[in-house]
Amino acid sequence: MIHELTFPISDDEITALHVGDQVSLSGVMTTARDTAHKFLVETYIRTDEPKQDLELYEELKEILAGGGIYHCGPVVAQKEDGSWRFVAAGPTTSIREEVYEPEVIRHFDVKAVIGKGGMGPNTLRANQEQKAVYLSAIGGAASLIADAVKEVVAVYKKDEFGVPEAFWVIRVESFPAVVTMDAHGRSIHDDVEEKSKKQLIGLIG
Amino acid sequence: MNVKLGEKMQEGDGTVDNLTEHFVELIRRAATDLPADVEAALVAARKNEEPGSAAEGALETILQNVALAREQSTPVCQDTGTPIFEVYHPVGLSTREIAQCAQSACAVATERSYLRPNAVDSLTGKNSGNNTGIGFPTLHFNEWDEETIKVQLLLKGGGSENVGAQYKLPDGRLKAGRDLDGVRSVVLDATYQAQGKGCAPGILGVTIGGDRGSGYVRAKQVLLRRLDEPNPDPTLDSFERQLLSDLNRLQIGPMGFGGRTTVLGIKVAVQHRLPACFFVSVAYMCWACRRAMLIVRGNKASFE
Repeated sequence: MIHELTFPISDDEITALHVGDQVSLSGVMTTARDTAHKFLVETYIRTDEPKQDLELYEELKEILAGGGIYHCGPVVAQKEDGSWRFVAAGPTTSIREEVYEPEVIRHFDVKAVIGKGGMGPNTLRANQEQKAVYLSAIGGAASLIADAVKEVVAVYKKDEFGVPEAFWVIRVESFPAVVTMDAHGRSIHDDVEEKSKKQLIGLIG
Repeated sequence: MNVKLGEKMQEGDGTVDNLTEHFVELIRRAATDLPADVEAALVAARKNEEPGSAAEGALETILQNVALAREQSTPVCQDTGTPIFEVYHPVGLSTREIAQCAQSACAVATERSYLRPNAVDSLTGKNSGNNTGIGFPTLHFNEWDEETIKVQLLLKGGGSENVGAQYKLPDGRLKAGRDLDGVRSVVLDATYQAQGKGCAPGILGVTIGGDRGSGYVRAKQVLLRRLDEPNPDPTLDSFERQLLSDLNRLQIGPMGFGGRTTVLGIKVAVQHRLPACFFVSVAYMCWACRRAMLIVRGNKASFE
């Protein structure tokens, strides 16, 4: 069974998900990778009172509440009318955001973090506390995922951060992913590593 | 390059322009489609996974992506990797000129969005923007007795490159000695260490012997072999078959989601070594094993 999820996602929808479940995402979410995560935490979270980029703060609060963050540095093309199109948009490795992600999840009430390769214990704990999930997109499925991006709604910080690092706010339809860290404290990444280690020991004696 | 194949080099027959254009088409084919044997292995793997499992779903998504990339002529994966050209050429042809054609073709292919700009200056961090640079792309030349030029191309992405590994036998931690059983242990360990991070299910190229440099080079060259092609050495052939079955018992599965398909294939080569050295070099290729072949006969090019 494939869980159809549309942003914003509710706590009940999140708790119904378990590791190994396949999901299909629709609605508006944003990309964010290394520079964007550092910016979010330093500008809005680890500060007494946000003082700069306040308009963007309001926009992001709205997109991220119940929303999704996609770890992706897309290949984009600009159309003649100036609007943008995603050409190739597979996931990038997520673990680099482990130092920021738990704070981002808690501060903005993010429900789904999407990437590749899994994340660590702090994100897993934030998932449990905040009712959120980590979803794995399929590495290398760049054309298919770009095809699921139906519209670039907005782009923020493109000139400052560069194309791969900008916040690309996108409307997706039937974006395929798999729950690999759920809100119940389970991580496929930990389970598979442990199981394959046992197998390895059995095989090499 | 001024050469008419099968005859001595001649001036101005236009072959040079054609060769660059043939290289561009070779790159396009490699980047936007998968070889039939790799796609067939992915189809077989999907059938073999538990119905409704994440592993089956991942393979289904992978296969849909391949079909779409082929249809749209867009890259299978956004990381179009290091282009590795293996060139076989007739006696008397200038390898420098062939290399220039390959470099020009990389730049053209980048312009046409078949390749992502992937060559970064290691000191300044600046991307050259056209997939050429110091030692980039990779080219190897082999002179042969045929009158044709054969070029095999492999596009090898960074995620899989990062999980490659080299072992020095004996290995105390793995209790791996200087024999095939020891080789088996370290290949199993390399695959365990990689988990799903190299975009499993991968294809392993393994060299037993050689030095640290030649071992890795050869391990990538054997990735150009077809999955359904038996190893010409019967001992290595049976070793490959047994090891493939053992590797899939690790149950790491597609993308590391768990499952029955951890590796699609393994190709093993041997090289002579120094008495003091026994290296095992493992090159990990992601499921998107993008390889293609060009054969130039006279003025005609054909692709496989």
